[in-house]
Parts: sequence; C-alpha cells; structure tokens
Amino acid sequence: MSVITVPGTGAGGWRCGPCDEDMVMKPVELTYLNSQFNVELPACPKCGYVLIPEPLALGKMHQVEQLLEDK
Amino acid sequence: MEQTELRQWENRCIQEESPRCAAACPLHVDARECCSLLAARRVDKAWAVLARTMPLPGVLARTCDAPCKAACLRGEKGGPVEMGALERFLADAAQPPKPLRPLPRNGKSVAVIGGAMTGLCAAWEIARKGFAVTVYCEAPEVGSALPDGVLDAELAAMDRMGVAIERGVTPTQDLVEAQLEERDAVFVDSDGVPEAVRYFGEPDEVTLGTNRLGLFASRAGEVSPAFQAAAGRRAANSIMRFSQGVSMVKSRELEGPYDTRLYTNLSKVEPAAPVAVGEGYDEASAVQEAARCLKCECMECVKGCVYLKHYKQYPKVYVRQVYNNEAIVRGTRQANKMINSCMLCGLCDTVCPEDFAMGDVCLEARRNMIAKGTMPPSAHEFALRDMAFADGDKCVMARHAPGADSSEYVFFPGCQLTATDPGGAERAYADLRERLGKVGLMLRCCGAPAAWSGRDALFRESLSELKTAWQGLGSPRIIAACPSCIKILREAMPEAEIVSHWSILSALGLPRTALKTGGTLAVNDPCAAREDGAMRGDVRSLLDALGVSTVEPEYSGELTQCCGYGGLLNEVDPALGQAAAKARADAVDEDYVTYCAMCREMIARTGKTAMHLYDLVYPGEQRPGDRPTPGHSERRENRVRLRERLLRELWSEVDGVAAEEFEKVRVTCTEAGAAAMEERRILTSDVQKVLLQAERSGSHLVHGETGRFLASFRPAVVTYWVEFEKTDDGYLVHNAWCHRMKIKGGQP
Repeated sequence: MSVITVPGTGAGGWRCGPCDEDMVMKPVELTYLNSQFNVELPACPKCGYVLIPEPLALGKMHQVEQLLEDK
Repeated sequence: MEQTELRQWENRCIQEESPRCAAACPLHVDARECCSLLAARRVDKAWAVLARTMPLPGVLARTCDAPCKAACLRGEKGGPVEMGALERFLADAAQPPKPLRPLPRNGKSVAVIGGAMTGLCAAWEIARKGFAVTVYCEAPEVGSALPDGVLDAELAAMDRMGVAIERGVTPTQDLVEAQLEERDAVFVDSDGVPEAVRYFGEPDEVTLGTNRLGLFASRAGEVSPAFQAAAGRRAANSIMRFSQGVSMVKSRELEGPYDTRLYTNLSKVEPAAPVAVGEGYDEASAVQEAARCLKCECMECVKGCVYLKHYKQYPKVYVRQVYNNEAIVRGTRQANKMINSCMLCGLCDTVCPEDFAMGDVCLEARRNMIAKGTMPPSAHEFALRDMAFADGDKCVMARHAPGADSSEYVFFPGCQLTATDPGGAERAYADLRERLGKVGLMLRCCGAPAAWSGRDALFRESLSELKTAWQGLGSPRIIAACPSCIKILREAMPEAEIVSHWSILSALGLPRTALKTGGTLAVNDPCAAREDGAMRGDVRSLLDALGVSTVEPEYSGELTQCCGYGGLLNEVDPALGQAAAKARADAVDEDYVTYCAMCREMIARTGKTAMHLYDLVYPGEQRPGDRPTPGHSERRENRVRLRERLLRELWSEVDGVAAEEFEKVRVTCTEAGAAAMEERRILTSDVQKVLLQAERSGSHLVHGETGRFLASFRPAVVTYWVEFEKTDDGYLVHNAWCHRMKIKGGQP
C-alpha cells in the first residue's frame, strides 16, 4: 500500500510530552468501514503516539469518511 | 423500492405534466417555453421552439388560430396570452432556424393528393419520417393571404426535404387508384380535392384510415389551420405505423388535444390585461405580452419546503434518485444525504393535489438502508446517543405522585422539554398535581429519533420499555406536552389515552403563575400539530386567555412548516436545518410563541425572539423570550439534574445512580473551546473521558509555544482530541475536534 501524503499536515508545534521528543512524519495506518489507508502523519519517534491535527481531521479526513459512508 | 412503486410515486407528481396551452394545442407547441424565451428577448430561440414543432412554420405561425388561448390559465387573471399574435411577430422578426433534417430515407414512397394546408402539412410530416413524398395538386394553396414569398420559402424547404410537387394535376379517383397501385400509401387532403374524389367514406377518427387499405384521408370541413396541420401529422403517424406493420391505434391518446393534470396555484398572481395587438406586435410589445405567460407549473410542495428547494428539483426527480440510490451495489450512493435530510413533516403531501408524500418515500428509504447496512454511521448517531441517554438510568423515571400509591394521570413532558426548560417542566408538574391530584411523572424519550431515523427495532424496544413503565403505574391517562410525543405515542399506543397538556389547561384554566402581559405574538405551529386541529385550537384559546393577540405566519395551522429539527435534519445537515429555522424565523416580524421545545430552540438560535408557551404559563426568572438555548452538554445535564432534584425534593429519595469516574473530572471551557465543542457535537462528558484517559496513561502532546496540552481518546466510535491547560482544580479546554477514522496500532 503506497503512503499518502496530505499537504500541509505537520506537527504544528506539538511534541510528545512524556518522551520530550519532536514529532516526526511517519507512515500510519488508518481504518474506517473496511477501508485502510497508509498516511504520513506526525508521530513521536520514541513511543509512536500519533497526532491527527485539527485541519486534517475536519478537512480531508472528514471528506474521506463521508465518501466511505456513501460507498 | 420496487419499480412499480417507483412508477406509482412518479405518476403522482404532476410537475412534468404539460401546461394547458401545450395540451390544448393539437400540435403540442410549447407556448410556455416560447413565451419564456421571448420574454427574455431571445427572439430567434423563441422562434426555433415554434419551428421545430410546426409544419410549414412560416405559413402556420402566420395563420394559426391559437386553440391554446381558450385553455390559457392567464385567462383567469386578465385574459389569455395572445399567442397567435406572438407567433406572427416571431415569424416576421426572427432569423430562420437551421433547416430540419428528415430521418434517413426508408425506401418507401407516399403520394399526397391535394395541395391545401392539410395536404402540405401531411407531406411535410411524412417526408420528415424518411418517406419519398409526391404531392399532386392544381397548385399549392393555403387559403390565406400571406406576405410575398412566405409560401414559396416553405415549398423550397419541402423540396430540400425531398418532397416533389406535381402542379397542374386535377385530383381524380383514377389518380388515387393509380397511386395506390404504385405507392406504399396514399393520403388524400379532403379539403383540397373535388367532392367526387372522396369516394372512400368517412375516415377513422384516430387513424384517418379509410375502407381502402393504404389509403388515408383527412376529414372534410376542418377550418382551423392548427387542426389541419394536426390532421397532417396524424396521417403521417398512421402511414408510418402502416408501413411498419405495427398497431394503428395503440398509445395515440396524447396525439390531439388532451386534458392535463398540471395544477398551478393562481392565488398570488396579479391580474394583467393583454397588450393590445393592434396591427401586430413590435418587439417591445411582444416581449411585454410574452412576459404575461404564467409559465404554468405546480411546485406547490417545493415552494413551502427549504429541503425540497435545496436539492433544486421536485419529487418526481427525487423519488427516481431515491430508487437509484437503493439500486447501487458498488459505487457512491449520491442520494444518502438527500434521503436523510427530509424533515418528515408532511407539508408536501398536505399541499400536493395528488398527495405526494416525500416523507413516506424518505422514511421507507431510511428503513431499507438500515436493513441493508448502508446507512452512514454518522447520519443519526448523535441523536440516537442522546435518545439512549434520555432513556438511561440518569434521566429516566416513573413515579406516582409523592405520597400517592396510584395515578389517575401521568405527566410526560418529553425529553426535549426537560432538556431545554427543566424549570418549566417542574413548575408544570407542580401545577398539575395541585389541580388534578394523583398525577404521576414519567421522564424519558418517546422514541422519535429512532422512528425518524428508520430504526424500527430500536423504536419498538424503546416503546416497550415505555409501556412497561406506564403499565407499572396502572396505565393512567398520559398528559403530554410535546406535540411530537403526542403524535408518536397516539400512533404507537392506541390502548393509552393521551391528552395534550394544552387541552388540560384549556379545561382547567390558566394557573395563577401565568403571565398575562398581553402583547402581540406570532404563533408557530409545530409540524407535529399539522393534523391536530384540536391542539392548535387549545393553544390559541390559551393565548387568548393570556391576553395575547396573535398573528399567523403565511404557513400556519395544517400548512405549518417544520423548524428544521424534524426527521433529524439538523443532525444530518446542520446548515440546511438552520436554513429551515431561518426561513421560519423570517416569516414574521413579531416575536414567536410556540408549543414545541425544539421549535423554540431552533428559532431562538437564529437570533429571533421566540418563546415556549410554558414561558408564559409557567414563567421562570427570565423574561419569556430571554431564556437561553442550552448547548448539547447542558441539555443532558438539565435532564439529569431535574430527575435528581425531583427525586430528592418530592420523593425524598437519593439518586441511586452512581456517578462514573470521568464525571469527577472538572472541566471549564474557553468561549472558543465551548463553541468548537457545540458545533462539532462534542459533549463535556466526551472531553472528560479524554482527560481521564490522559491522566491515567500519561500520554499527551505539549505545545512548544503555548505550553498547552493535547490528548486523544476513542471511547466508542469517535476519536476526540482535546487541547487544554491544567488549572488549580481541573482543566481549561481551549479546543476540541474529532474524527471517525481509527488509528491502527492501539492508540486508545
């Protein structure tokens, strides 16, 4: 599965609290309604905690959710 | 939906029925379209509409006797449109359109005997169908004085279509017989031949066939040019069928003039007299006259419904989309949102001359989507969660009145009233106990969200719990205040006697608390009261007793409009729900009074002053129109606190429901944070769950500049993100967002 890059998706100044690490972009698997995507997202390099930034959640991700719901 | 059902629904919607002009015209000229284009000064396009329907348009447009005029609906509002004069104007003023292209030659030939209007029109129409046509006549003669060159131009056009005209031929019986031998069919223009040639008897009315096989003839004596042309077209149709060996009579009902079912409401049409024809119209007067055309259409349902308007079509188109949506196995279902957005309010079938019920179509489609598992999970989930909450341990209760061991009545305020005006519900209950005695109390939801979302099984389950609780109280008469509860419970529980609180109040009189401040208010009837004239009457008599003078919006009573909440529209498409509320709010200048908690909320949220009747009958501390509209979380809390307070104060019971761990998390929100939560339907309890999870797991992000924290949690099917800072005794929420997609790999 190829990795999807969503332009403009970054950590936006967030870093991992417990690990004290800057987030790095890495492929993350997202699933919804029997569909699976590999998306490049900010994540903690140490513990792997993934960030879904607000613009992504309410923008592209929301659009894809709606498309899948109508499939 | 079965295809037969689709057809039945489609047939009910009359929007696509012909306007009366086109139905009355034997050629079915689209005078409505022609006038529409002409009124927009598109002269050549308007002429093209005539020229594509009329044979010999240059001749016919100048001689047409306009049988449409007698049928024109404008006749009832000033006088029918002067279509004949408009045709003549267009014939003179417009550029000729592209010549007609006949069908490819079919190798067959037809003779037309007689060159008067009917014969020439028949030759025109037969040639268009691909036949080789020869007209035999002394000379082509249309019987009217026309400007020089007009007839010649049309004859030249016929020549290009492949019509040969044999001039100087005297039509005789022998000629007819000879042509019958030679050709595939013969048509005789009865008014264009000597009487002796009409030896074949009266032609058949429908087919124009005669007692000779292959010989067709017009009926003699037709004086109307439009009907002469129509006879030519009818002959061409018959000759086509004859040459193909198909039925001569099947499906020809719509060939001549017919009755149309199209309904057009004239109530808002101002009368306007025709523009005087004089010596004929110039462009300015023709445009002015064309603009008088009413452009007849129905659209009765669409006019009154923000939802039907939003999708830019009308029910005949929508029901086809609903059908297609259901038929899709793989691919995108384009109509899911449309199906889920109908308010199910019933206004469309109330105003429709044929009772087209978009609500029935959409509700059935929703049920089918549930059954097939294709209902989008996000569509109604929030409303169903709210219903589950209202039916949950923290909100639900059923008790006899304090100190009583039986109930004559039980008060059922409904979950929306207790959510939005718990104080009003409490005062109403006190009044009912004081004046009626043994009035029990039931707090829960009537099941409307389940019913509206098409979840019949869930609705039955909820109803069965409701019934058990009611029977536990001895099946008392139910006093319900919410019109939707009343409607739903009356349908679902015929064994119960359900009276509206409004009729009880009408009988008892107003309580001492009632605010008799008078003034003028506009009455907003909720859509659930559409068929309940008694309830609407009770409400008006109560307003009268309060000294209120009332005004009615245009859509009122049984024609009332939904506020945008009905059918769960506001959950499925909040923007459209708000547009519906706005339309309702803008319908009157006066402040509104209503008797549905959700109507009050929806209208008040637009900024319009709106009050619930309880605000006048059982007023709280605020002025009636000033009561705030609580957000989603507060609505839940209101229900919980009302139950707790009533249990404690009336029954001296302690709430037996233990608080959950997350409820102990102390949360306050910035204004922006609260607004984001409200818009995105994120509850305080969702935020508390995220914060508790963050506290327990230690997982969180921190912002380099602001120092704020960010944490996420997925309690069920939605992941919530909360941006917060810690305060001395809890958390301050700055922002929150959510998504349904799941992060694979265990992030909770």
